[in-house]
Amino acid sequence: MLAVRPNPLPAAGPAGATLLSVNGVTLQYKTRDRLVTATYRVSFDVAREDRFILLGPSGCGKSTLLKCVAGFMTPTEGDMRLEGRIIDRPGPDRMMVFQEFDQLMPWMTVIENVMFPMRRTGRFPGSEIRDRARRATEKVGLGRFQDVHPHQLSGGMKQRVAIARALAMEPQILLMDEPFAALDALTRRRMQEELLQLWDDVRFTLLFVTHSIEEAIILGSRILVLTPHPGQVRAELDATAYSHEHQGDADFMAFTRKINGMLFGTEETAHD
Amino acid sequence: MTDLAPTGARGIARPDIERTTTDVSEIGDISRPIGFWEGVFAITAVRRALVLVALAIVWEVYARTLSNPLMFPSFSDTLVAWWSDVASGRLPSAAITSLQVLLIGYGTAIAISAVMTTLAVATRIGTDILATLTAMFNPLPAIAILPLALLWFGLGTTSIVFVIVHSVLWAVSLNTFTGFLSVSQTQRMAGRNYGLGGLRMVVFILIPAAFPSILAGLKIGWAFAWRTLIAAELVFGVSGNAAGLGWYIFEARNALETASVFAGLLTVILIGLAVEGLVFRTIETMTVRKWGMQNH
Repeated sequence: MLAVRPNPLPAAGPAGATLLSVNGVTLQYKTRDRLVTATYRVSFDVAREDRFILLGPSGCGKSTLLKCVAGFMTPTEGDMRLEGRIIDRPGPDRMMVFQEFDQLMPWMTVIENVMFPMRRTGRFPGSEIRDRARRATEKVGLGRFQDVHPHQLSGGMKQRVAIARALAMEPQILLMDEPFAALDALTRRRMQEELLQLWDDVRFTLLFVTHSIEEAIILGSRILVLTPHPGQVRAELDATAYSHEHQGDADFMAFTRKINGMLFGTEETAHD
Repeated sequence: MTDLAPTGARGIARPDIERTTTDVSEIGDISRPIGFWEGVFAITAVRRALVLVALAIVWEVYARTLSNPLMFPSFSDTLVAWWSDVASGRLPSAAITSLQVLLIGYGTAIAISAVMTTLAVATRIGTDILATLTAMFNPLPAIAILPLALLWFGLGTTSIVFVIVHSVLWAVSLNTFTGFLSVSQTQRMAGRNYGLGGLRMVVFILIPAAFPSILAGLKIGWAFAWRTLIAAELVFGVSGNAAGLGWYIFEARNALETASVFAGLLTVILIGLAVEGLVFRTIETMTVRKWGMQNH
């Protein structure tokens, strides 16, 4: 979408080829008085153009896993490889969209925010940057708000800017840490639809963290179900068949119940 | 559990209501123009000027009832003395001398502070050094190290600059460093995501993100610099060949020209108000207010 080249992803291989592989990753972090094991020997593969969802209740280490893919922490055991190279530091080939609205820099306008990573990384020639940023902001429907500072935007608009900023960089993989969790239900639903439309256009690879079963089924093409304390893989499910229009269908409900049962060991319906 | 409610329903049922909404073009203008006085009082400068006028009136009335110009000259006497010394060029030259020394000291302190806080945020030993030095020297009054400065640098501008740097440095560093520490984790992670680190992290993320704190530190530092400067000048007067405002006040007191003492103080106040109202206010408007990081 944002690329001048016809090929949307610069170094993209064929769809379905493994892009990210996580092998037996155990993650631990220190609090003041103890060592917490966030995940225990988690393994999964993300293929190109996957919408891969990490789903689980709080305490299952899904956000920690995502931070590790982003390179903000290193695993105690196992490794993570992006196209075969071990991930050991943060980098712009893995752009992150956070849950918090303050991920935008308040001292920059919308367009400056989108241009910022492109400028700082020198990934694109200087003459292309403004044009790319403009197209990216238009793509998320904020063409009219380019010269506005973030504090004048609503929460949903801020998240759109963050998505535009990440996508404009044409990352190998887009990492999203519950980006819609702080939004109201109506905005969240619209953002989910827009994200799916963007995916139809651009075909980026997405690694998305959520605790909402419904959001996972709607957005995901593949769902990794994690159980908590410490986080372990319970299942990896195919979810290509479902989107918003299937909500309330019998098999959508059945799928929801199935995941709910995996997470909580009951057949109760989730209230997500 | 009354007979009215159908089984399974919670609460008492009432019929649904549906209405069609009116288009905004038919409703017309909903906003209301702001009245003249409301508009005038919305201007900060007008409200602040009113405070100043009120203070001047209180001063004038009090001094006239007291009627003792040697102890407490009236506002009008002070203005007359102020104007005659401005016209003779004595006050402007004193003010310029003081401002020059002040700016050298203030600028030097900010430069040192920038290096120290950058080191402190980048390395752990830097943090330790800054924390220890600030804890040691921040409570130490500048005037207390003036005798030492005189011993080391002699009677001159260098000594005054030294004590000004001392009084500004720790206040600015402390505020800046506290500002750096309070930058949100998300913004730091976003910066690291783009491969920023070290000095680039400080320049592109930390300084703008911590700007409200840095600005507060600069304001406090400015006030400290003035206090130190006037105090130092009062203590040993002439620095080099030109006399500053402190010396002006000192001389006027010796000559028992109390109105001129007040005129000297008034000049310090006027410069302070001008710097606050023009320089710092402009910086605020162009940065933290525009960015929505400060609301009033």
